[in-house]
Amino acid sequence: MFDQLSDRLQSAFKSLTGRGRLSESNIEEAMREVRRALLEADVNFKVARKFVDDVKVRAVGEDVLNSLTPGQQVVKVVHNELVKLLGDTGEPFRIPTGTPAVIMIVGLQGSGKTTFCAKLARFLKQRGKHPLLAAADTYRPAAQDQLSTLALQLDVPVHTGRPDADPVEITTTAVEEAGARGADVVILDTAGRLHVDEELMQELERIKAATKPAEVLLVLDSMTGQDAVNVAQEFVDRLDFTGAVLTKMDGDTRGGAAVSLRAVTGRPIKFASVGEKLDALEPFHPDRVASRILGMGDIVTLVEKVQDAADVEQAAKLEEKLRKQTFTLEDFYEQLQALKKMGPMDQLMSMIPGMGKVSQSAVDENALDRVEAIINSMTPEERRKPVIIDGSRRKRISAGSGTTVQDVNRLLRQFESMKKMMKQFGKQGRRGLPGLNPFGG
Amino acid sequence: MRRSLTKLFSGLSRTREAIVDGIQRALHGGRALDDEALAGIEETLIAADVGVETSLYLVERLRDAAREMETADTDAIVGFLAGEIGSMFTAGSDAEPERTRSDVDPGVSERPRVTMIVGVNGTGKTTTIGKLAGLLQREGETVLLAAADTFRAAAGEQLQIWAERTGAGFVFGQQGGDPASVAFDAAEAAVSRGVDHLLIDTAGRLHTQKNLIAELAKIRRVVEKRLPGAPDDVLLVVDANTGQNALSQARLFDEAVGLTGIVLTKLDGTARGGIVIAIARELSIPVRYVGVGEGLEDIARFDASEFARGLFPTESEAS
Repeated sequence: MFDQLSDRLQSAFKSLTGRGRLSESNIEEAMREVRRALLEADVNFKVARKFVDDVKVRAVGEDVLNSLTPGQQVVKVVHNELVKLLGDTGEPFRIPTGTPAVIMIVGLQGSGKTTFCAKLARFLKQRGKHPLLAAADTYRPAAQDQLSTLALQLDVPVHTGRPDADPVEITTTAVEEAGARGADVVILDTAGRLHVDEELMQELERIKAATKPAEVLLVLDSMTGQDAVNVAQEFVDRLDFTGAVLTKMDGDTRGGAAVSLRAVTGRPIKFASVGEKLDALEPFHPDRVASRILGMGDIVTLVEKVQDAADVEQAAKLEEKLRKQTFTLEDFYEQLQALKKMGPMDQLMSMIPGMGKVSQSAVDENALDRVEAIINSMTPEERRKPVIIDGSRRKRISAGSGTTVQDVNRLLRQFESMKKMMKQFGKQGRRGLPGLNPFGG
Repeated sequence: MRRSLTKLFSGLSRTREAIVDGIQRALHGGRALDDEALAGIEETLIAADVGVETSLYLVERLRDAAREMETADTDAIVGFLAGEIGSMFTAGSDAEPERTRSDVDPGVSERPRVTMIVGVNGTGKTTTIGKLAGLLQREGETVLLAAADTFRAAAGEQLQIWAERTGAGFVFGQQGGDPASVAFDAAEAAVSRGVDHLLIDTAGRLHTQKNLIAELAKIRRVVEKRLPGAPDDVLLVVDANTGQNALSQARLFDEAVGLTGIVLTKLDGTARGGIVIAIARELSIPVRYVGVGEGLEDIARFDASEFARGLFPTESEAS
């Protein structure tokens, strides 16, 4: 989609190639495209309008760098400004202190509060804190059960009240009992509510007044549309929240709601939630989200995934093998496993700039499985010394793995060319993994 | 019932007021439909989450029509837009009659009717099932609820409470169990208990999660195997707060399990849910129900022309 914006900008500037400076008139059309990209990403229209006006002022008169086309130059300016608006380098979550420290979680229904509470508890526990979860959602049926189940999974204590209990009382009791239960942080899970629900908004104000939280975090669904500004405004007016959490970022939403929220409240976004598993919590990265909003792919997250999946020790061993040129199919197999750990191929591909819209067939997930099956059907000796794999062995391997001899041939060819590449790379002696391409072709 | 209708209309009237106000502002009272006025109307539509493309389309249609309009008053403009939007919804149901088959004949056959509820996390699937069960029971049908959300902690308990509230039957799934087998057991139970309608709750899942979407397709296949022709309806629950991503949701869920309609929830807030217009236009998937709160009666059947008229009443109707 970046390519979409970039292409559109390219055509907007077609008549202007060779011009060395961005002027008011040639930037006008480009800004229309930028506005459209922002609206398509769900940035609120008023926020988008103001943003575009501001950027226009800043971009006029900028020299176009030699290496860039005017279109790329505009995207660069827009991207920088967007990162700035989203909070520059980001503001990491600092664990509050107190006896106990109270963290209050608020938001609309279905934004992901309860799951986030559990993730936060895990996050704190991992950092040596002793969290207590308080289930103050007495409205949604079985909401307390949900939190209790998650608390059990985490081995974290939970405080619940009877379904007819007063949520304010549940939270104050939790805070009072925290010390006795060995907890130093209390996380308050409140009921989801619409920001226009006067009664429930007042209830939140009462909980805040009674428990004096060090942090009040607004949980916002990253798929939220134009109305994000109203939600953010109301919650900041009523509860003066200290930070926000953007959830469901693992989907394909562009996440323009983050821009709306920042523009309206100026409060930092402290976490991004990226999945249903309790470890799927990340710091919020303004630069990545800016890229995503402009449809530029998310190369940084991809690189991190690669780094996560690659075991440091294993990488060192691999490097050793590369230097001594003893890389075998067994090692190749291990590399494949590491690749698979990073997640579904299409999800990875979508993070690569320009691959956002790659079709499913282009990345054949089954190709990976086939390669795996082929290597599995080899004897240990064959894996160590692929040169011995002759015609009859190829036939046996293909039959054993349910593939064709051509598949086996292709794999062996790829392995050889990979070895060559690695030899090259070994000479350079750089750290990192060479690109493997087991996707056929 | 009256309470929910009042709520529904007050929800819609907020939307309506905002749009009509926007149009009036754009016109500056009697001004011609110039570019500035059209840009104002475009923003009004975008603010309702209708989306850039569909908003531009509507504004272009309006620009064309304006040449033939004698006066550019608010009534004429909202009348025109209401007509255009209404036709997007009806065009959908004409093009794909099977999408609305459940409206045709409530007693298709001997077997229970089956409705599957799907959607991304947090849109209100379980609450919708509870309210839907209430609605159907009030209309005299017997209902069985199946808790095929075996993933989210306590989702089964949540649905069970709704079963108790509405007096519907209930088939429970173990947390972590196979949702397809829960659906199969529920289909069996629906036949043996002779109920009229089986409602299957499924776990929330993002439409981009291939494995989970495949799991959903499997649930569908299993139900179909036990009850040929079922499910009669597969409804996607869309949160009215959702922006443009709802289009992607509708597209991918439709590809995987064949949607017959949409339930638009949380219309009692300030969000307008305009994205359903884009969904109707691009994918021809109609809205079937709207949710306006968490109470048992906070659900209503959706009527396309009513919705369009609700969005843009003429001034005489509004008063």
